[in-house]
Amino acid sequence: MSLLAYCEWLAATQGSIALHESMYMYPIVESTHVLALMLFVGFATILDLRLLGLILKRVPVSQVLERLLPWTIGGFVVMVITGVLLFYAIPVRTYQSIFFRAKVIFLILAGLNVWLFHTRIFTRIADWDHAIITPKAARRAGLASLILWGAIIVTGRMIAYNWFDCDIQPQPAFVNWAAGCVVPPPTP
Amino acid sequence: MLLPFFQWCETLWLGQFVVGSLWLFPVIESVHLLALALLGGAIFIVDFRLLGLGLKDRDVSELARDARPWMIGALLAMILSGIPLFLSEPVKCYYSTAFWIKMTTLPIALAFAFTVRWRVALAEPVRGTARRQQLVGALSMALWFTVAAAGRWIGFS
Repeated sequence: MSLLAYCEWLAATQGSIALHESMYMYPIVESTHVLALMLFVGFATILDLRLLGLILKRVPVSQVLERLLPWTIGGFVVMVITGVLLFYAIPVRTYQSIFFRAKVIFLILAGLNVWLFHTRIFTRIADWDHAIITPKAARRAGLASLILWGAIIVTGRMIAYNWFDCDIQPQPAFVNWAAGCVVPPPTP
Repeated sequence: MLLPFFQWCETLWLGQFVVGSLWLFPVIESVHLLALALLGGAIFIVDFRLLGLGLKDRDVSELARDARPWMIGALLAMILSGIPLFLSEPVKCYYSTAFWIKMTTLPIALAFAFTVRWRVALAEPVRGTARRQQLVGALSMALWFTVAAAGRWIGFS
């Protein structure tokens, strides 16, 4: 089964239809997604700004990480759960949204950045834990994280707009390709 | 009574400029959301600390001082991006309950942040302040969450 067919199957399920048509559940899930964003991206931003030496300069980096990470992870879990529900409510259109696809790519890159930070940079934190100016690699990871989460927020918000939706044709060939639109060949 | 004012707002150049563009509203909205994330971080590290969570080995005053410029910067960005968003649909806002909830809680949250919360955050942790600090942290979080949720809800009406 292709992913598109899977999304079409998902869209026909009771739960998806109920969530999609609900008067309050969908807005509640959406609002929770935004409130979790305040907490999760908020704390992630504080961590990034500390890596860049711009905030909490007297606090050791390890302390900021240790104290904020559990809450950051908690916020992320809420973001994922509400995000999956939002996808579940509108599967086909979201799957074929170029903004959603861009967001997934940015999410993967952000995950990669976290993984690189923890395996390559964080392991030597003892050398620079108290430094205001952290090593170049740590600063780069902080900056990359800021940019990536910003891009995730913007592309996430843009999913709501239908400029590039598959059912609005004609679209540039690139859009149809990137969104995976199934477009019938033009009739002569 | 206020309706004529909101109708007048709708005639302003800035709002019409936003309405006339396909991209401007979403772009300004994105800036509004990015600033919200920063605001959340700058406010909640202090509120969490007031609740005895998060960076609990540091003084509240240290966190509050460090977070303050970021909080003010984020608030300015929120207000500067919020104004054109409002001006693009003032009459819709007038009839939106969510808008009025936001406009009621926002001044309260702002006043609270710069008076009670700021003073409590700077106060030395003497005996008996713990309960008060927790209350202030919880109230601040509740206020800002309400402002944010009501703000999101304007878009649903």
